[in-house]
Amino acid sequence: MPILEVKGLRKSFGGLTAVADVNLEVHEGHIHSIIGPNGAGKSTLFNLISGYYSCDRGQVIFKGKDITDLPPQEITRMGIGRSFQVTNIFSGLTVFENLLAAVLYAKGQGLRLFSNAQKMFREETEEVLSSVGLIDKSGESAGVLAAGDRKRLELGIVLATGPDLLLLDEPTCGMSPVETSDTIDLIRKIAEEKSLTVLFTEHKMNVVFSISSHITVMNFGAIIAAGKPEDIRANQQVQEIYFGKRDDPSSR
Amino acid sequence: MNVQDTTRSWKAKALGITISAAVLITLPFALEKGLSEYYLYLAIKIMVWALFAMSFNLVLGYGGMMSFGHAAFFGVGAYTCSLLLVKSSCPLPLAFAAAPVAAALVGLIIGYFSVRISGVFYFATLTLCFAQLLFILAFKWRSFTFGDDGIQGIPVPNIICTDISFIHYYFFALGIILICIYILWKIARSPFGLMLKSIRENAERATFVGMKVAHFRLVAFVISAFFSGIAGVLYALLETSVAPDLLFWTTSGDVILMGLLGGMAIFLGPAIGAAIMVLLNSFITSYTEYWALVLGITLILIVLFFPKGVGGLAYELYQTHIKKRGG
Repeated sequence: MPILEVKGLRKSFGGLTAVADVNLEVHEGHIHSIIGPNGAGKSTLFNLISGYYSCDRGQVIFKGKDITDLPPQEITRMGIGRSFQVTNIFSGLTVFENLLAAVLYAKGQGLRLFSNAQKMFREETEEVLSSVGLIDKSGESAGVLAAGDRKRLELGIVLATGPDLLLLDEPTCGMSPVETSDTIDLIRKIAEEKSLTVLFTEHKMNVVFSISSHITVMNFGAIIAAGKPEDIRANQQVQEIYFGKRDDPSSR
Repeated sequence: MNVQDTTRSWKAKALGITISAAVLITLPFALEKGLSEYYLYLAIKIMVWALFAMSFNLVLGYGGMMSFGHAAFFGVGAYTCSLLLVKSSCPLPLAFAAAPVAAALVGLIIGYFSVRISGVFYFATLTLCFAQLLFILAFKWRSFTFGDDGIQGIPVPNIICTDISFIHYYFFALGIILICIYILWKIARSPFGLMLKSIRENAERATFVGMKVAHFRLVAFVISAFFSGIAGVLYALLETSVAPDLLFWTTSGDVILMGLLGGMAIFLGPAIGAAIMVLLNSFITSYTEYWALVLGITLILIVLFFPKGVGGLAYELYQTHIKKRGG
């Protein structure tokens, strides 16, 4: 049984159909990527799955339960953690506090009024800190971090909530090639260690093909191809989207 | 941090507490003997407003909610206790305890409708409207609240009576205020306080950590209302009178100004703001009736040059001092 199943999902904004009757299955332990040109509906699909938008039609099923249109915080608590295309962190807090907040909440401590937060679950927080490679920046204000570190901090926040499925919206967006390959290695390592399922969108093709076990291709809100990396690489339609139509001499 | 540092900071802490305690204990006698009763009265007034401003800061500074209706809780606290003392034979401790509970209930109602609204502007407007509603109620419902006459001569037990000296009342208020501030401090650094700060920083991210944002905001709002209610009672007993003015929007404005003046990011900041406001109000009024003008100019200067408030400025200076000393 797939961990995440999307059935006939649809979302329109005014006259624009951003996601058109999408069906998708993500299986446990897979690193599954969604690719497609800008405006293909990838981020909208993420926003529908994570409860950020309400769906016009269709169903989202997670671990066998219908989670369509549940409030985002409930979907998060059920085990779907997400990152955003534009990094979303607690800028005014220190790096440590960013993760501590997520850890404490996930451990059900959020309503504790009289204990000292800084002395609770330190080990767990430091573990997340080092797993995303930010242990030496623990005391810095999150707002002054470099773009790559901010992305990793957000990944840390998501991990601290203890998810089973990670939704990562362009996790290497704005990163240099070196940072990109580091981040990809990091995601792969974490997914393996914690046996997480990862669903992510990405623009960089080398990244997609190096990490994914499955690839789904979207264009104009619909899925046009799905399969293993080698199938996608060989797919004529995908090639046309990414590299343009091959010149056909007979049409001249 | 090594052992030496820990001992040093522990020693510094102990020293700080001893000095503060000595100052707070000798202050009323010094003020009474050295200056006059009026200064002792001012000292108490500053403490009461400091408690109000710090309760308010849980919502504004920690929660990032611009409440423009905190007069409601201050006023409801003051009125609840005063009405119980005047209209019934309710003993003081009971009337005192009822006040913050009433304020918290009002906070629950106002908060319930306000916290789910997104946007600073709408939140401020809605809380303002609720508070003005209570003001009108106190102003117009003469048979119950005595209207704009207010309540005069609230009976205060002899032990804390302020007819002859403010000394007893000073220690009574000091004890209660210190306990309240200690609790507020505990809350500020608790996991709940951290949740609140993270919601202030980024409500969207907090939601996608799993938090029900409105729920946390409401709890903060009710706690803040509760302690604002205690400040209200202490104010009523200090003045032995209450007037609908306490519920008027200018009271909400004053407490916001205190936060801005003192600094909302520092725990004790609003208390510093309270001291500045009360002192400016009392001394400038004796020279000119345009005290609000002086206050306005002071505020503009502070917002322009020290946006973190006087408390924030002091904290920054202290930090650089420590860094210099540390090498």
